[in-house]
Amino acid sequence: MSDESYPDELHYHEAHDWVRVDGDTATFGITWYAQDTLGEVVFYSPPEVGDSVTKDADYGELESTKAVSGVVAPLSGEIVEVNESLDGNESAINDDPYGEGWLIKVRMSDPSEVDSLMDAAAYRELVESL
Amino acid sequence: MTFTALTDADRDAMLAAVGVGSMEELFRDIPDAVRLGRELDVEPALTEAELMAHLSQLAGQNADAGSELLFLGAGIYDHYVPAICDAVMARGELLTAYTPYQPEMSQGTLQAIFEYQTAICELTGMDVSNASGYDGTTVAADACFVARAATRRTKVVVAQALNPQVRRVVRTFAPGFGLEVVEVPHSGGTTDPDAVRAAAEDAACVIFQQPNFFGCLEPAPDLAAAATAAGALPIAHVDLLSLGVLEAPGNYGCALAIGEGQSAGNHMSYGGPHYGFMAAKGEHIRRLPGRIVGETHDLEGKRGYVLTLQTREQHIRREKATSNITTNQTLLALAGLAYLCWLGPRGLEEVGRACLSLAEEAKRRVGAPLAFDRPTFKEFALDLGRPAEDVVRAARARGVHPGYPLGRDYPDMQNLLLVAVTEKRTTADIARLAEVLEP
Amino acid sequence: MPETGVEPAEVPAGLRRAAPPRLPEIAEPDLVRHITELSTRTFGIDTGFYPLGSCTMKYNPRVNERAAALAGFRDLHPHQDPEGAQGALELMWRLERMLAEVVGLDAVTLQPAAGSQGELTGLTLMRAYFDDRGEDRTEIVVPDTAHGTNPASVAMAGYALVGVKTDPRGNIDVDDLRGKVGPQTAGLMLTNPSTLGLFEERITEIADIFHGAGALLYYDGANLNAVCGISRPGDMGFDVVHFNLHKTFSQPHGGGGPGGGPVAVRGMLEPFLPVPRIVRGDDGLSYDWDEPKTIGKVRGFAGPFGVFVRSYAFMRMWGPALRHMSEVAVLNANYVLARLKDAYDLPVDRLCMHEFVVSARTLRREHGVTALDVAKRLMDYGFHPPTIYFPLIVSEALMIEPTETEALETLDAFCDAMLAIAHEAAEDPQQLKDAPHTRPVRRLDEAEAAKRLTVRYLFEDHPTSE
Repeated sequence: MSDESYPDELHYHEAHDWVRVDGDTATFGITWYAQDTLGEVVFYSPPEVGDSVTKDADYGELESTKAVSGVVAPLSGEIVEVNESLDGNESAINDDPYGEGWLIKVRMSDPSEVDSLMDAAAYRELVESL
Repeated sequence: MTFTALTDADRDAMLAAVGVGSMEELFRDIPDAVRLGRELDVEPALTEAELMAHLSQLAGQNADAGSELLFLGAGIYDHYVPAICDAVMARGELLTAYTPYQPEMSQGTLQAIFEYQTAICELTGMDVSNASGYDGTTVAADACFVARAATRRTKVVVAQALNPQVRRVVRTFAPGFGLEVVEVPHSGGTTDPDAVRAAAEDAACVIFQQPNFFGCLEPAPDLAAAATAAGALPIAHVDLLSLGVLEAPGNYGCALAIGEGQSAGNHMSYGGPHYGFMAAKGEHIRRLPGRIVGETHDLEGKRGYVLTLQTREQHIRREKATSNITTNQTLLALAGLAYLCWLGPRGLEEVGRACLSLAEEAKRRVGAPLAFDRPTFKEFALDLGRPAEDVVRAARARGVHPGYPLGRDYPDMQNLLLVAVTEKRTTADIARLAEVLEP
Repeated sequence: MPETGVEPAEVPAGLRRAAPPRLPEIAEPDLVRHITELSTRTFGIDTGFYPLGSCTMKYNPRVNERAAALAGFRDLHPHQDPEGAQGALELMWRLERMLAEVVGLDAVTLQPAAGSQGELTGLTLMRAYFDDRGEDRTEIVVPDTAHGTNPASVAMAGYALVGVKTDPRGNIDVDDLRGKVGPQTAGLMLTNPSTLGLFEERITEIADIFHGAGALLYYDGANLNAVCGISRPGDMGFDVVHFNLHKTFSQPHGGGGPGGGPVAVRGMLEPFLPVPRIVRGDDGLSYDWDEPKTIGKVRGFAGPFGVFVRSYAFMRMWGPALRHMSEVAVLNANYVLARLKDAYDLPVDRLCMHEFVVSARTLRREHGVTALDVAKRLMDYGFHPPTIYFPLIVSEALMIEPTETEALETLDAFCDAMLAIAHEAAEDPQQLKDAPHTRPVRRLDEAEAAKRLTVRYLFEDHPTSE
């Protein structure tokens, strides 16, 4: 397991998801806090490329041995890539949540939605209040 | 009799520790309006001796297999249950444990379930088995739920030659599952693969029974192929005891194998408790209902067993679970495991062959013609030429229960009698059957 | 196998088994030793104290087993004609009456195989009732403290789930509830006492809300052991109740079953009960299969008869003193609660019923010790752990149900262990994190099991054993 961290360059959703914005593309994943709460991820059922995701709605499911958790889309858009390397290597989500453990890449349909997300400081404050 | 150890002194000390003055005060959160305020109107308590006398008297009013020569089957069978099966029940630890939620306390139960899963997979030719379902009817409803999830189709096809109680249970729960049930009629005692092929268009699954309810051997590989061709999951409802001589459903293309386990190691017990079994090809593992035990290691690297894939289950996934089942039939399944181990592969084949051979002998000895010109296993239908209910009544008066009148479920079969011959029956018993069936 | 003395027969070649199943080939003595060895690595009520909350792990009287093994019960074929099964029918008929009296309702079906199947049966009955009245009701209200079976059963019955919150006293939040009940509501599913072990103080008000909207109330009988002879669900306003015969009425649980899940209903729901119904006529007892409004069958035959024998035996030995059974269960729970409340967090400080929930929240915050660690350490003290992490609304929950069959000495020994563990959490938390130390295995890697998915013996990995 990695150490607790919330990188400054990312945007955060209150459902403990992060976004990395690169032009009109956004990469999604779950935060350190989310993976810590869930425990070791043993199964991930990803969506399919071409599916659309809606801000605040589930787009996939992560399972540990004790819990199952929907993964919430922090932004809306169309999926352009899913992280195939997680199949059989789900623990990357625990070990490297902001790197190898990314989940999907999305072409944003409304880039202004980014403004509604938290920055790292605000998210860190949220986590500390829990 | 006392099942509590509480003395008056204990009670007073405990009430004081709780900080209340009386037993009554413990219940102060219950509004007066909903208190019973009188004694329960049930019969007075019995001592253990009185109870056994009472129950022995009730049991004595029943015509059990020891007091009547039994050729009755139709889903539950009078096979020999060896003493080893009772030995499982007699181990208090296995008898009185709960579901193995804490694996370190339950390695015995968990390993036994793992061994049971192995045996069921071996018998059925499947990759994964759950820890048991309730009985041979409810596993069929469960299988429909699996098939719906696997195919996203909303129709299920059942053979009319599938046990009527199984079909009835499927029909009860199908509307809640959002499923429509379609039946395929039998044709001369077995199911026509072409009819299955036609009915299975847009169906999630096809459930057929092998041997079927009439005792006839279905063209099972052809039925499985017909279902598969239509994109429906072929599901075989099978008798474990037949699987020493009959091919395993997994080896002729079935996606799931289900059935009633009673014939392998459980007493008839007037209908239960028994165990239902459910096994599937590996691709369906995440859709299976119920407990599944998996192998793992402890932190010192020692092999051990746990309940696995619990995220399918109701206590975690709640309304999105693969089923609401929690309590299943573990103890009965373990009796089944003991039975299968006791027999071994050769014993299982020998029992099957004995049933088959004795049933063939019975066919030759009784005067009445067969209702269906089809190969059978341990059960066959006779056309008596007169109401089967009347024949049963007359035969019972002579100490023989000759079988199950098919007219109870199939209105056009009033004269047909379904006769089951297990390995417990002898040539003398068969002669007696032939005698009471003579017009 | 004995020689049959008849001509050997063969199945048609196309249907014949090609390769025998790989079952063990061992002699009976070794099989008995194997079963015995497995049992030594299993902890049952016969082994020791088993305070698994919501599971009512009470002593299972030995006479139950003797009764169920009477040849007239054990060797009776379920298709036997009713004239040949009068004793079995009599037992079931009487059991139905006793169960109806305990819950204060009119009619009972014994057929469902277990509690969760009772739930599905009850919800299916409710659907049939509303269909018959031409009412299209689509929602079932379930509180956030409910067992997972409730929402799962709601979904399987084709209903939509509506959640309702719990208030600070541990009752249903009635204000939250009011806005959620209307013409779309088919009913409420409620466990009372709740999974927090607390009696729903505003139950009559809640019942009025639902009945006022034309909806029904379903009682999850998982916690019936608290109220037998004291308060009846039918009098509280419930219209449908399921029993867990393997909890309240001492059917041994067998490491995961069998169980029994009879369902009792108010009169207006009786026409919909599963068939066959047991009826008493001039010629004795018989089955009625011909009920036009029945939902059909939910399980084979009349239900798990051997379970009925055991529960009937148990209830006949208690008789009207079933009230005493519940009183002692509630006293035992309150006593353990009183002894533990200073060492563990208490989500709601009230008298409990037959079980209660404490939390290891403070132990976790101050010492990094979780409910799981406490549970595993209890094993070293010789006790089965309580239910943990349930109900979901309490963090680090430990749900403790002692039942009526435990002696004060046992309760004290358990309390001493729980207090010692709370002390160890501060002094030597690693001791807890590494527990158990005395079981046949140490903590098991559940993630490995879920990833590898070895769910049967892999013959292909052990070629020499074939």
